[in-house]
Order: sequence, then C-alpha cells, then structure tokens
Amino acid sequence: MLNVENIREDFPILTREVHGKPLVYLDNAATTQKPIQVIDSLVEYYKNYNSNVHRGVHLLSVEATDQFELAREKISTFINAKNSELIIWTRNASESLNLVAYMWGRKNIHSGDEILVTALEHHSNLIPWQELAKEKGAFLKIIPIDGDGCLDLEAYKEMLTSKTKLVSVIHVSNAIGTINPVENMIEMAHDVGAKFLLDGAQSVPHMPIDVQDLNCDFLVFSGHKMMGPTGIGVLYAKKELLDDMDPLYTGGEMVLEVTYENATWAPLPMKFEAGTPNIADAIGLGVAVDYLTNIGMDSIHDYEKSIAEYALKKFPVLEEKGVVLFGPKDPNLRGAIFSFHTPTIHPHDLGTIMDHMGIALRTGHHCAMPLVKSLGVPATARASLYAYNTYQEVDMLIDGLIEAIEYFENGS
Amino acid sequence: MFGSDDLYQEIIMDHNRSPRNYGAIDDPTVAIEGFNPLCGDQIKVYVLLKDDKIMDIAFDGIGCAISKSSASIMTVELKGKRVSDAQSIFDAFRKMITGKDLNEDQLDALGDSEVLGGVSKYPARIKCASLAWHTVNSALSGDSNVVTTE
Repeated sequence: MLNVENIREDFPILTREVHGKPLVYLDNAATTQKPIQVIDSLVEYYKNYNSNVHRGVHLLSVEATDQFELAREKISTFINAKNSELIIWTRNASESLNLVAYMWGRKNIHSGDEILVTALEHHSNLIPWQELAKEKGAFLKIIPIDGDGCLDLEAYKEMLTSKTKLVSVIHVSNAIGTINPVENMIEMAHDVGAKFLLDGAQSVPHMPIDVQDLNCDFLVFSGHKMMGPTGIGVLYAKKELLDDMDPLYTGGEMVLEVTYENATWAPLPMKFEAGTPNIADAIGLGVAVDYLTNIGMDSIHDYEKSIAEYALKKFPVLEEKGVVLFGPKDPNLRGAIFSFHTPTIHPHDLGTIMDHMGIALRTGHHCAMPLVKSLGVPATARASLYAYNTYQEVDMLIDGLIEAIEYFENGS
Repeated sequence: MFGSDDLYQEIIMDHNRSPRNYGAIDDPTVAIEGFNPLCGDQIKVYVLLKDDKIMDIAFDGIGCAISKSSASIMTVELKGKRVSDAQSIFDAFRKMITGKDLNEDQLDALGDSEVLGGVSKYPARIKCASLAWHTVNSALSGDSNVVTTE
C-alpha cells in the first residue's frame, strides 16, 4: 500500500498553514499539488537548458528538445498509446475537447447526425458539442442518470443508433464522483459505428489507463490535475483520426514546406503543435508522470478506493445531521470525490467556515450547472481527495462539518 | 469560534435565521432581481415609494447567510428613509465592505449594517454581501434590468 507520509514529504505546500491552522487540501478535483521533483524540474529547465525546441543545432536546443520529446514518450507509455506521435500537447483538457470539436467535429459531423454525452458532463465536454450541433444541424442527446448518479445504461443502449457519430463521456464525474463503465460503453458505441471520446481529466490522475485496451478513439486530460504544472494538457487520438484531421493552429513548427501561397503540414505530432510549445511545463508533466509511475497507478487507485470507503462509512454520522451525499454509495462505483448538501448551511457559507478551519473545499456547481440543478440544490460543497490525503484529514472534514452544522443550528 | 470579530457573528446569524422584511410586497413601485451566477444567490427586492420616501422595502429569494443577512439588515436600514439618503448609505456600505475608511457621518448612516464590515477581509464574499444593495441601487435609479454581480 502506498506510504502517504512519505508522499506528503515531497509536497512542500502541505506544510503550510491557513488562518493559523494546518492546511487540509481537499480540492484536488479543481487542481492538485505538485511534488518538489516537478517544481525543481521547472526551475532546472529555466536555469540550465532553456532553449527553443526542434529547430536548433546548438547544444541547449538539443537538450531541451530531448527532454521535451522524452516527456511526450513518458505520457505515451503512461497511457499505453501505440506511439508517442499520437500524443498532442495542448493547454488542458478543455482545449483538447475544443480541438476535437473543431478539427474532427466540423469535418465529420453533418446535419441529422447525433452526438451523445452524459448528464454528468463538465461544461467543457458539453458546450463544444452544443455549439457543434447547432452549427451543423446535428442533435446532442444526453444519457440520463439514475437517483444514485449512475448512468442509465439501458437508456444509453436505446440512444445508440446508426445516426450516432460521436459518444463523448466523462470517465469520472468531477461533480459527484461517479465512475462510468466506459469499457463497455466504448464497445457499444463502436458497434453502431460511432467514435468514442473519453474525458479522462478525473481518471488519468487516479487510476491506470490503457488506451489500447480501452480502445477509445480520443482521450483528453490535464497536467495540473495529476501533480503536473498548469497550462499543459494532452490530446490523444488514434492515428487514422489524427491523419484525417486538419490542423486548427497553423504557423511555425507545424509545417514541412512553405511558399507565399501554400504550406504543407509536418507529420504527427508536429502537425498539431504550431508555435513554440509550453516546453517547461511539458517537461514538468513528464516528471509528474515519473512520480506517479513510481508510486504506481494501481497503488494510488487502491489507496483512494480504501480512503473513499472510509469516508463513506463515516457518512451516516453526517446523514443524521441532515447532510445529503450525492453520487453512488458503492465505493466500487465512485472515485474519492464527495459532493454534499447541508440543508441548514448554504454551500458558500460552508466553504468559508471550513476555510476558517484550514480545510479547502470547493463550493458551487463545479462547472456542471445542469447536473447540480438536476440534483435539486443551488450548489454543493465538494471534497476531493488525492494520494497525499490522509484518513486523519477525512476525520477532520467530518468533525469540521458537524461543528459547522451545530454552530448554524444553535449559534455560538 | 467563527463568530467574534469574524464574518459569522451572532447578529448576522440572527438576520440569516430570521430575516426581516422577508416576502414580496403587494403592488410595489419597483421590483428588481439580483443574481450572483458564481454561487447561485438569487434575490428579488421590492420597494414601495411615495414621493421621495421608501415607504416599504422587502426581499425574498435564495442565497447564502451573508447575502440574506445583508439584505435583511439593508431593508431595516432603508425603510422610511428618503431615496437620496439611501444613496448615501449605499455609497458608505460599498466603501466599508471594500475595506476603505469611512468618516463619522458615513459610519452613522450605516447603522447596523456596520456589522458586515468583516466581509472586507473575505474578498470572495463581497459579492454576496453587496448583492441586495446593488439591486436596490439599480431599482432606485430606475434601471429595470436584472442585476448581476458580474
């Protein structure tokens, strides 16, 4: 089992205080903290070998290019892509999603076609498809969820038709923690000839992902949600799809030959990486991947499952106080993301009060306004865990919530 | 614990639990909605004017303790005041919650709304505290659009 104390020692920020209390950082679905190894790699890059990549013959450029491309290899291995040329650097999962909508969607979605997403989607895997559908006269359909926050697979089956061209699904819900049975869903989509996009923003950081095994057509994820720096993300797609897509960003680096009239594109992956890339942060993400691989994604997954079970077991104590937990109660069906509603305390107030205690939660609609609205509440408070959170921190969360509820009920 | 000099002192908790002037007015002179899209606070403010005076003022809607208690305290302060006085109180309130210094007159004008002074230490909550006030200000200046905090 992973050694959480050892891991915590690598994260300098976890020793800081907020409002005079030790920081209890439970907002990992929003962004994750970085180990010193990742932080150091950024400094090392800028201190020792910063140079533009790909075009130089001088040593610094060779060093920077080597590290930059090595990072790409690391990502490729991490998700078991066939080839690192299928790893396109982007800013984040949101950009990756928009790029698929623009570069694949506008070419391949036509009037009358259908796109399926789930009721759990983050806005970034919803709105690009809304816009695409409106533009093309296509139809966006929403796969419903049941009372537990799990996908209605029977409904999904009914919704898959010969008109379905794309199924785009959030693997793990950032809002309520549901893990969708994507392995099965991908197969069902392919059976009707549809492509499948997997939004791995909340899964790639927390469990082993094998794109060949899953056989998804596209995968997107963000570096900053997996101990990597902000401003770097990944778009993975199968070769035939990338070969067929026309680049959205054109310009330097992504070309073979240019005249004043025309240009030809460079081969993958350069075709989709115009201009100077986010070199330092790509390298930083590579180091994050090393760090995660060193712990082992299976270990991280097991640890989070067990801490989620622990939290779920404690939940009845909160339930007695009227707290409602959203999402599946079965620890096999959910990640370590807990969204709840305290009837006597508005989420905004709860967030502030927990902040006073040093506990960082997120409150609001978590970029999933339609979902949260469908839960019948104006907003939720969300605690989301990662490999460096402890069982003790879960206790502090529960105790803190009870204290807050009692204060609001009875006064000081 | 979180009370004392901080945000959730007793008077704020009191106004949150038992908001004053809560509920629509029949036949208001003006009724305007205020909305904070970030957190979902949504209030409607009703004002009954006669000549230059705020004869009655009320609110309803959903929101956090800060937005609700601020709205409640505001209605208590503004009821019976002249519109021009309301404007001065609004200016003073806005100064206070953004942490600026106030003079004697402004402090006097604020009355009980002074308790919301602690909000200035919590920039993330300023929009909550000022939602009702912005909404009333809009209502009194004849703006008929929905007020948002964006």
